[in-house]
Amino acid sequence: MTVTVRHSEMGALLGFAERQLYVYKRYWVWEVVWLFYSVVSVLSIGFLASGLGTLGAGGESFDLRKAQLYLLVGALLWGYLSLVFMEAAYAIAWERWEGTIEYTFMAPVRRMTHLMGICLFAIGYGLARTFIVLLVAVAIFNIDFSHANVAGALLVLAASIVPLIGLAILTSVLPLLSPQKGEQMSFAVQGFMLLVSGVYYPLSVLPMPLQVAGAASPLTYALSGMRRSLLEGAGVGDQLPTVGILLAMGAALIPAGILVFSWAERRAKRLGLLKRSG
Amino acid sequence: MSIPAIEIQGVSKAFRRREREAGAPWWRRDWKDKVALHELDLIVQPGGVTGILGPNGSGKSTLIRILGTLLTPDTGTARVFGWDVVKEALQVRRHVNRVSVEAAFFKELSPWENMVYAARLYGSAGSGTRRRVVEILELLGLPLDVIDQPMKQLSRGQQQKVAIARSFLTAPSLLLMDEPTTGLDPRSKKEVQTVLETLRAEREITVLVCTHDMNEAEALCERVLMMDGGRVLADGRPAELCRIHGGATLEGVFMHLTGKTLEAEEPEEVAP
Ligand SMILES: Nc1ncnc2c1ncn2[C@@H]1O[C@H](COP(=O)(O)OP(=O)(O)O)[C@@H](O)[C@H]1O
Ligand SMILES: [Mg+2]
Repeated sequence: MTVTVRHSEMGALLGFAERQLYVYKRYWVWEVVWLFYSVVSVLSIGFLASGLGTLGAGGESFDLRKAQLYLLVGALLWGYLSLVFMEAAYAIAWERWEGTIEYTFMAPVRRMTHLMGICLFAIGYGLARTFIVLLVAVAIFNIDFSHANVAGALLVLAASIVPLIGLAILTSVLPLLSPQKGEQMSFAVQGFMLLVSGVYYPLSVLPMPLQVAGAASPLTYALSGMRRSLLEGAGVGDQLPTVGILLAMGAALIPAGILVFSWAERRAKRLGLLKRSG
Repeated sequence: MSIPAIEIQGVSKAFRRREREAGAPWWRRDWKDKVALHELDLIVQPGGVTGILGPNGSGKSTLIRILGTLLTPDTGTARVFGWDVVKEALQVRRHVNRVSVEAAFFKELSPWENMVYAARLYGSAGSGTRRRVVEILELLGLPLDVIDQPMKQLSRGQQQKVAIARSFLTAPSLLLMDEPTTGLDPRSKKEVQTVLETLRAEREITVLVCTHDMNEAEALCERVLMMDGGRVLADGRPAELCRIHGGATLEGVFMHLTGKTLEAEEPEEVAP
């Protein structure tokens, strides 16, 4: 009995991913445009860095190539993180527009499976797309990875998936809480993350309250860890504390996300907030 | 005796909404309770087609949603094949499927893609899925060249048939149909009704169908519940109801019970 149940949960997980793939296939023109846009925004950050010298930034200690790499890492990672956010946060909002939300919520699938299916697909897709952008950026800016420790960077990237899933689930709750204002809230949350997580600058430049918020954001640790490996060559051993922090945050965020989501679902069913028609 | 397909005891449901009194300033909006379903008891034995008849706003969809675990009742308990719709929702969902007024599809995806998604969610996907999908669509009289076109290019009638086909694919024991023929042209309507007749004859699946079409109910349902304002006013075989309430048709019975025709809508403002 349990075996068949688990089997169909796996099937459902696959089903959510497959559904997204079909959707992207239909909207492939948009996907190409989004990809183009990601490339452009990363490139423009790279060129911005190239131009810093002529803008008078400089002095003995200023290392243009390092600044460029610093900013590029930020741009690439932010592109990836914001994509995952959007995908996960919109998964619910989008089903509401389509009118399929009740169908999906009526399916004999654990909510955990549903949410994991959406998040894992978003992460896989985000990584694939970011990899393409990375290739373009490397080709254009001759990025020097000679000081980089790729294994360390990949370890941090992998560990960051765990808290990211938790965050994504938490944002996807918003459209369930408020059909009218939930999506806007998801946007606002995303913007706030961009501000406090040290995407383009060290946290130390921020006012104190924002620094505190930044310290609570897992993205901060993911970004600074990746930078330490890519810019300063921090190896796997050096990254263990960062990995520990990321996993610990994930261990808190994922259960919290699922709890909040199931509370929101119960609330929506009590108040009649799932899409209604007829 | 076997476990009833549906067993409802004292279920009621009200929705809270913020509403502005006529003439009140725009910022003054008070909470108001709108009762969608007054306390209801209902038992439906497995097999056969049971109809819920009532004008718009009478609470038909609310009842269907409660049985489909999409709404939690305020009071009472509802069970589907013995499973509680709130406490054992996952079990209930394994055995229930709903076909709703507007076909709930990913409109950019094709019927096939939508149906594979359904099959995966219900754990019935496998190598034979394509063949089964084709079989069911043929049974419903859907031209097979639409199977790989985006749903949005299909007519309403075709979409509704795909919705019914999709529900067959997941092999439910209880099929909830919320106005499956509303808005269809006469021919599609007839075809959908033929499918329902086949189902009734087979008796392997219990069907609960909402409609505000009296003739449809008369033709298809062996048992009819008449609802108005969230209450069940009459319950029985169509012929029986006509006899007891002295109407020539169900339409007449409804008139007799409520003084209204079925077309009259309850005053209702549409939630944004
Ligand atoms: N999700 C909801 N939120 C607020 N009011 C609702 C909701 N669903 C139904 N209602 C109200 O409950 C009443 C019954 O609606 P419904 O069950 O959809 O009737 P029917 O399906 O018979 O047309 C209506 O007055 C409707 O406005
Ligand atoms: Mg209805």
